[in-house]
Amino acid sequence: MRVILIGGGETIETIYFLSRLFARRGYRVTIVNPHSDEARMLSRQVKATVIVGDGSDPAVLEEAGARRADVVLSLTPQDPDNLVACQVAQRLYNVPRTMALVNDPDNEQIFRQLGITEVFSATRVIGSLIEGQTVFDEITHLFPAAEGQLHVSELVLDEDAPATGKSLAELDLPHDSLVAAIIRNGQVIVPRGQDRLQLADRLILIGLPENQEEVFRLLAGKGA
Amino acid sequence: MQPHQYIIIVGCGRLGSMLANQLSGLGSSVVVIDREETAFNTLSTEFSGFLVTGDAAELDVLRRARIDKADCLLATTQHDNVNLMVAQVAQTIFQVPKVIARVSNPSREEVYGRFGIETICPTTLSAEAFLSALGNQPEAK
Repeated sequence: MRVILIGGGETIETIYFLSRLFARRGYRVTIVNPHSDEARMLSRQVKATVIVGDGSDPAVLEEAGARRADVVLSLTPQDPDNLVACQVAQRLYNVPRTMALVNDPDNEQIFRQLGITEVFSATRVIGSLIEGQTVFDEITHLFPAAEGQLHVSELVLDEDAPATGKSLAELDLPHDSLVAAIIRNGQVIVPRGQDRLQLADRLILIGLPENQEEVFRLLAGKGA
Repeated sequence: MQPHQYIIIVGCGRLGSMLANQLSGLGSSVVVIDREETAFNTLSTEFSGFLVTGDAAELDVLRRARIDKADCLLATTQHDNVNLMVAQVAQTIFQVPKVIARVSNPSREEVYGRFGIETICPTTLSAEAFLSALGNQPEAK
């Protein structure tokens, strides 16, 4: 997988950590950064090709290998720069996936209407993380999947939890919900109906958002 | 050009203010948008249009300029990408009938020209002017 990452300035930290993550996964990463001092730092610290320049400039994108790139990810602090970088990548170099950061959440919809395949709003992501926090420490909403139709959450069984000591078959969970994994003493167990839950088990749950409250009540004795 | 048009000019630098003064003088209703309030000092005393302070890349700022009523939008800031974004928002989302963006980078201008955004490239125009002043015909495009 060939990835081009565009950004710098206020988003330099994100660029650094993402490129490190991608490099560890074996992706071929090229970073386009407008500031020569940042570019120098990145080229010393990350396994990536670093190019100094404006990622929305067609010549710079071409130099970064846009013609053969699988993904272009534009993460500059300026929304217009992210839009144009992705559009140039898509239209001129036929990059199959273009992803843009929007700093102003109002632009999320606009970017989609203007043809960017994947759009992230940092403000929205952080907002939804806060909304995902529950009042109980035992329950963590991990992430919504399939545009929010499915929820993945994590729950730790404490001594008050009604599910402790019971088997999954006895629990009679709602139909569209699943205990996908049990994490017990650091080991991952993919459970079957007869497996008994124990104190301090961490359960990874997958289910429909509307069933969530019922699932939490049956397992932990409390709602979200 | 038809008189009494409702024209939005994005950017009140040298180019934007010159256009604003002239279009206002020709009888159009002109709204000028700029992030810096001091930029409006370059407008002539005869300028009779409206001023909006804010970043035109924000939807709310365009709405404040009544983009839904505009006959024409001219994006003239020094930032190609701001002009290209505002022009696309005007054209695609608000269906403004006439939209023109200033794009200084000739290769970027070419890309957007191909995708239906009307652009004016000051770099290409000056190069042509220089060449014709030298007595050479500009290369046919």
